[in-house]
Amino acid sequence: MPGYNMPGSDWKQTDVVVVDQPELTLFERSYLPQVLGGMGTTLRHMFNVAKRSKNVVQYPEKKRELRKEIYRGVHRLNRDDQGRVACVACFMCETACPAHCIHIEGAEAPWEDREKYPIKFDIDELRCIYCGMCEEACPVDAIELTPEYQLVGQSRQEMIFDKEKLLMVFDRTKDDKPRKNPRITGY
Amino acid sequence: MKHPIFSAFIALSLGGMVALGLLLTFWEDIKMLLSDQFYFSLFLAVAVLGGIQTAVAYFILLERKISAWIQDRFGPNRVGPVGLLQPLADGVKLFLKEDIIPRHVDRALFVFAPFMAMVVALIAFAVIPWGGEFRWPWMAADAEPLVAQVASIHIGVIYILAVGSMGVYGVVLGGWSSNNKFAFYGAMRAAAQMLSYEVPLGLTVIIGVLTAGYLLPGPEATDAMRLEGVVAAQTGGWWLFVYHPVVALMLFIAALAEANRAPFDLAEAEQELIGGFHTEYSGMKWAMFFLGEYAHMITSSAFMACLFFGGFLVPSFVPGAEWINTSDAWLAMIVRIHVLAFKVLLFIAMYMVVRWTLPRFRFDQLMRVAWKALVPAGMLLLALQVLIIQFGWSQWVALVGNVVIFVVMVVASVLVSAGSPITGRQRSMIERDRGGLGANAGLQHAGL
Ligand code: SF4
Ligand code: SF4
Repeated sequence: MPGYNMPGSDWKQTDVVVVDQPELTLFERSYLPQVLGGMGTTLRHMFNVAKRSKNVVQYPEKKRELRKEIYRGVHRLNRDDQGRVACVACFMCETACPAHCIHIEGAEAPWEDREKYPIKFDIDELRCIYCGMCEEACPVDAIELTPEYQLVGQSRQEMIFDKEKLLMVFDRTKDDKPRKNPRITGY
Repeated sequence: MKHPIFSAFIALSLGGMVALGLLLTFWEDIKMLLSDQFYFSLFLAVAVLGGIQTAVAYFILLERKISAWIQDRFGPNRVGPVGLLQPLADGVKLFLKEDIIPRHVDRALFVFAPFMAMVVALIAFAVIPWGGEFRWPWMAADAEPLVAQVASIHIGVIYILAVGSMGVYGVVLGGWSSNNKFAFYGAMRAAAQMLSYEVPLGLTVIIGVLTAGYLLPGPEATDAMRLEGVVAAQTGGWWLFVYHPVVALMLFIAALAEANRAPFDLAEAEQELIGGFHTEYSGMKWAMFFLGEYAHMITSSAFMACLFFGGFLVPSFVPGAEWINTSDAWLAMIVRIHVLAFKVLLFIAMYMVVRWTLPRFRFDQLMRVAWKALVPAGMLLLALQVLIIQFGWSQWVALVGNVVIFVVMVVASVLVSAGSPITGRQRSMIERDRGGLGANAGLQHAGL
């Protein structure tokens, strides 16, 4: 769709469709058919045991099948192929995050192939809205959201995931959801 | 065997044995007491109170189940078999919750309001005739029969109306004492709504009472002010809703509004008023409001069942209807209580399906329904019933009148409103076509 990337720049009048509400007929204006029809619908659903048996997932015993590629659960910090943290502490994700829940402290990298790396990387999983902006923003695909959604803890402190924890999430989930792209190098 | 369930079982059986022992020792005295109307009423009051509170807990479960079924879910199904112990879990949760009283509230009234809401809802069923007249097997065959009803007063119908309309006090006090504008809006809405729907409620009830008085044999006509008199008028004949289907429907609508149930739950409209009158309430006080609401539903259902749907009577095609309806055996009384309870259950299920089907009214629509539809129709029907009584016409004229008035009201409302906008969207469409500010005025303004 033209102009998709820059909304407002090249909209055309023809892109805007104004939908008129259809006029009610005299019969519909008495509301009786609508009220009775609505009751019919709810009653039909109420007695449709087969449908709810088929659709409802009884959660702790059964689990939904996730689309692992796109599911947005707990974050992970990816490791590169040498097992080092892939993040280059560019602060893109922290800037992009609408919930302001990422806190990074960068430092000079001990490695040759990059300038910086994070010595601290905290994500407050309770403030996060799981929008995935951080994943979009990251230039080296170091931060990703995983299909893990069972996220429990007993204190707020515990729910602030630090670098170690995020790397552990990667170790846990890398078989389930392999790292999306190879590392972009050249920094 | 240190399991708590085991100890509970032992305690229960010990208690049961003690109770049984007491019962057997004092059996003669208990028989005497139960044969006396006063003590029987006392016993019945306790039994009915307990029954209603249990019923309220289970109706809350039923409501959650019905809403779930309507939305293709299962509802609570974890506590006990198919979730049947859920009310217990809810109760424990509500008791253990912190009971917050905000600092800015009017403390005395804030604490008093939930009790008011519940007590008022609970005392109303004193005059509901649960089981009619009966005698215990140990009573002489010609003894004065007992009435399975807490209080058989002469003005039962008026009592219910008076007590039922006091239910709004709890809501208004709660909203006002909360010292919170949303709670206050909710309370004001509740008050206005209650005042408006008192009128059609009163009209429909008068029609029911007049009809019952007309059907009762001459000297007993004044009995129609008692609910058991209204039921007696329906014994062996048609139930009143057959003569007055539209009046019964109007009573149902007014009862919905009186109980503050959707689609008339503007007092607690979550989307605009947070929680309405109970915004500041929590824990057990909050639960009391809900106990009150459900108790009110039970009372109004029982009232409706007695007034228009034969109370504890079963229709004559049911085998043994004659015995169930008129026998003075205590077994028949028990059956009658269950018949009434079944009707109440049906009504409440209907309340719930309505709640999960229809969207909430806007406030002006709410007022329009009361003052422009229910009140005029009620007045016309009342006049018709008065004419029938005055000139001694057949009661079936009422049925014709009901149908005619219903059709006239529907057609008139459709014709009067034909072409006029209903929603804000339609109004703006009309204005746009006239060339004024229209539906897409904002877009035009943006140069599109
Ligand atoms: S998912 Fe969204 S809210 Fe959560 S850390 Fe990433 S950018 Fe922030
Ligand atoms: S955007 Fe990626 S590389 Fe940059 S700081 Fe965030 S995780 Fe690290």
